[in-house]
This record gives sequence, structure tokens and C-alpha cells, in this order.
Amino acid sequence: MTDAAMTDATIDGRRIGLLSPRGRVLPVMVVVCAIVVLWYVLATALNWAQVEERMSNDPLPKSVYAMVSGTWSMERPVLPAPHQVLEEFWKTTFEMSPTSKRSLVYHAWITASATMLGFAFGAILGMLLAAGIVHVRTLDRSLMPWVIASQTVPILAIAPMIIVILGSVGMVGLVPKAIISMYLCFFPVTIGMVKGLRSPDPLQLDLMRTYSASAWQVFWKLRMPASIPFLFASMKVAIAISLVGTIVGELPTGANGGIGARLLAGSYYGQTVQIWSALLMGSLLGAAMVYLMGSIERVTLRRMGAPR
Amino acid sequence: MPSDGGVRVADPTQSADRFEPGGRVAGDVVIDINNLSLTFRTADAPIHALSQINLQVQAGEFISLIGPSGCGKTTLMRIVADLEKPTGGTIKVNGMTPAEARLKRAYGYVFQAPALYPWRSVLGNVTLPHEIMGGARAEREEKARRYLDLVGLKGFERKYPWQLSGGMQQRVSIARALSFDPAMLLMDEPFGALDEITRDRMNEELLSIWRKTGKTVIFVTHSIDEAVLLSTRIVVMSARPGRIVDVIDSTLPPDRSLETRDSAAAVDLAHRVRLGLKAGHSYDD
Repeated sequence: MTDAAMTDATIDGRRIGLLSPRGRVLPVMVVVCAIVVLWYVLATALNWAQVEERMSNDPLPKSVYAMVSGTWSMERPVLPAPHQVLEEFWKTTFEMSPTSKRSLVYHAWITASATMLGFAFGAILGMLLAAGIVHVRTLDRSLMPWVIASQTVPILAIAPMIIVILGSVGMVGLVPKAIISMYLCFFPVTIGMVKGLRSPDPLQLDLMRTYSASAWQVFWKLRMPASIPFLFASMKVAIAISLVGTIVGELPTGANGGIGARLLAGSYYGQTVQIWSALLMGSLLGAAMVYLMGSIERVTLRRMGAPR
Repeated sequence: MPSDGGVRVADPTQSADRFEPGGRVAGDVVIDINNLSLTFRTADAPIHALSQINLQVQAGEFISLIGPSGCGKTTLMRIVADLEKPTGGTIKVNGMTPAEARLKRAYGYVFQAPALYPWRSVLGNVTLPHEIMGGARAEREEKARRYLDLVGLKGFERKYPWQLSGGMQQRVSIARALSFDPAMLLMDEPFGALDEITRDRMNEELLSIWRKTGKTVIFVTHSIDEAVLLSTRIVVMSARPGRIVDVIDSTLPPDRSLETRDSAAAVDLAHRVRLGLKAGHSYDD
């Protein structure tokens, strides 16, 4: 009872037990359990052949139990079992100094800082483009097609070129990765912001005209605040894309660290457990960033008087 | 804008220097419209929204524009507010062009919908005009509070628009239009979206605001009762092209209440408005 009371959540102003069907935890847990079970089944199936081969020298009869547990404890499995990934994740996250090159925290930090930088670049670029597109008719017609065309270029193809070109002018490390991530993430910001800046209805705009407001005032007092909900919706998408951009940018850098470098190193040496734990870290990082953005959104919109 | 040659204003220089919010001498011509027309050019055929409009509005008057949908009454008011440009004729607001009058904050505009900014509190919405026009924070809040009190919304300053009913939102928008003390209120079917009971109450409140402030009001409506109850003059318009069919001086006493609508004089007035609308083929299909 006390435990249940402590973990209660509030939905629609009423307190609801987290484990009740109306809470959010129970449905999520059911899905997680289903995924874990499926994962173990797949791990058994995909690693079976390797275990069979390895045990073929052994004349003794093999129990199914031995076979299955063998598929879940290989050093380089095709698909590592969840507990192996978690074990590796735990070891490289919590049992190592964060400054060590084998620590996932170290790599996650590198990726996170490049992502943040790229996201900041992308968000600013996206907002500037949107403001230009909304206010200057020529830009609307000349820039918008290029904004859309830019996203049809496969980023995997141009990422190495960007790294090489920027490297030749002496830019290495964080900035080239941030630029690739910017290239990906400015797009949703531009699209959302253009929509948001155009969202005030004709009456709200006419009102500004009756006050003889300047274009600058219309922008800051009407268009900008009206665009905030749109902006946050697209920034949540943008920050997730920004992370993808950074990881893609880390793949061809020659592995100076980062989740992408970790993935590449893992695949060089067939360290599937390492790859999966890096992937886990990457998705946790992404989830944390989207969650953070969602929190900023909630606080901002609440301060702007949105219904709770 | 066409030149003001041939305008029949008694004294064309009367204007900005004598412009005192609400302090105009009754009888001064504040809006002078001569032979005004507006034709919208569209892809197939031009639409004659307004044709040969002549109207003089004096300070302190309450003028209603009434007519069927599409008769150009809103368009006429938007021309006064410089939200539309006429294609012919002349118009003077306070002796100036509408654009100059707008720049001098000659009028407050109340739209059909409240058009509040949802991210601003009630107080924030009412101080908005002042923020744009400049002015000390303390002063604009003081004024906003005073006008919120006037429209009966004292105590709602910190609320947000979504927390108010439609009638209350429209009252906020009236307070907003009054907040910078314009001498003139332009109201475009402000109560059109409200239920009849709320509308009655709003009509009473508007009457009392008009009496207290002495502002010139131009009021667009398609309710005959509303026009009869509120106006000192009723302008009846017809559609396609939008033109004035009749201008009716009200015979009602200045001191009115909802009951005034049932008086013989009011019934007569309503009848005359209906005759005007009929003459303008407003009841034809």
C-alpha cells in the first residue's frame, strides 16, 4: 500500500496507481517484457549454429539447457543476449573512470557535446531561414526548394566529404561533426518555424495593423510567440536527428572517440557485445535529449499560459 | 488616396491639434465619406463591394451599419480603419487620410472574434496596444486595469484567454480597444458569435460604456434589435453593389435599457429598418 502510494502518478488531476491499467508504467513494461523475451528467442536461434559447431568436437551428449545457455554466453555472438549487453554496458559505464577511452561515458560525452553544438547551429540556422522565408517573398521562392532539396542528398554519402574538406582547412574534432548534424537538423526547425510564424490568423495580424505596429513588433509580439509550440515540436525531432548526424559524422573520422567511433571499432573487431552496448548508450542519450527538450517545452508553454 | 478636392468638411484644418481623446465637441465631423467605392478585382469578374457611399459621422455619435451579408458594411469600416483601400471617392478621418489617422491612433477596433493572444494574460492582452505604441509600464497597467474594471472583468487580470467564456473574451477585446483612449471605436459584429442572453448583457454594457466615455462608435451588425437599441443613427445598406439605402435618425431617448426595445418608438424604428432592407432587396433570394 505504501509502496503503491509512493509510486502513484497523477493523470487528469486524479491519482492513479502506476501499475493500474490506466497508468503508463504497466503498458510500457508489458512491451519491454515482450521485446526482451523475443530478443532471447532470437539470440538462441541466431547463435545456435555457432554453438553447435563449437560443441561438435565434444562426444558427450549435449543437453538443450547447455546449448541454450551456450547461445546466451558467447564472446562474439551474432546477437548477444540482453543480459550480456547490460553487463557490458554496466561495466563500461559505471566501473570505469569517465576519462578512460574504454568508458562509454567518455564516448557518450563526446557525442553529446557535438550533438548539442550541431543542434544549436541547426536550430539557429533553421530559425533564421524561417524568419527570412516568412518575411522576404523572394527568399520564400528561391530558398525553400533548396531547403527541401538539401534533405534528399544522402547524408552518409556526403558526411565523409565534409569531414575531409573541413579537415583540409584545419577543422577537426567537434566542429565538423557538429556541421553534419546541423545539416540534418536545421530542416525540421525551418519547416516547423515557417508554419509557426505563419500561424497567426488574419484578425490577429489586422489587430497589429490597427496599432500601426512595425514589422519588427509584429515579429516579436505576434509571430514569434505564436510559433513557439510549432518550434518545440520540430526541435524535439531535430535533436534526435542531430544525434544521428553526429554518430554518422563519427563513423569516418578515424575514431577519435564518440558513440560512432565505438560502433566502428566494435565492428572492426567483431565485438558485437560492445556494438550493442554502444547502441544502447546512443538510444539512451537520444531519449534523454528528447525528454529534456520536452521538459523545456512544458515549462515554456506553461509560462506562456497554456492549459496544463 | 485621391486628393481631397471637393470635400464638404466645414473646417478641413480641424484635426490633430484639437485631437483630445473623448474630448471632441459633439457635432464635429470625424468621418467624412464622399462618393466612396471599392471594386475588388477577381479572376473572372470585378466585385463591386461598395458603390457611391456618402456618409458624415459626428463626434459622439453611435452609428450602426446594418445590411445583409456581403453588403460591404465590414468593408466600409475596414476602409475607415485603413485595412482596405478604396478604389474611388474620398474619405477623411479626423480631417486626415485613414492611413494618417491610423498612425495617430484615432480608433480602437473590435473584431468579430476576440482575437486575443493566447500566450498573454488578460492584463497582457489589454496592455498590448500600449506596449506597441510605447508608454511607461505602470501607466499602461493602470489604464488596462481601469478599462478591465469598466467592462466588468476586475479580478481576471491574471487569467488566460482559454479560461474565459466567449462573452468575457469579447469584453477583454473591448477593454483592449479602449485601453489607449482612442476617440473612436470601430466594432465589427462584436457580439455576432454570442448567444442572445449574453448579447443582451453586452449591449447594456456597451451602452453604459458609450455613455461614460462619450466615444464615437461605428458598429456593424446584422441584428435589427441591436441596431435600434444602441444607435443614434442607423445606416441601412444593400448588397451588390454595397450602397446606402437609408439613414435613420433614432427617436429613442439617450437613456436606454433593454426594455426600450419594446417601446412604440423602437418598434417604429425597427419597422423602418426593415422597410429599408426590403427596398435594398435584402429579403430577395
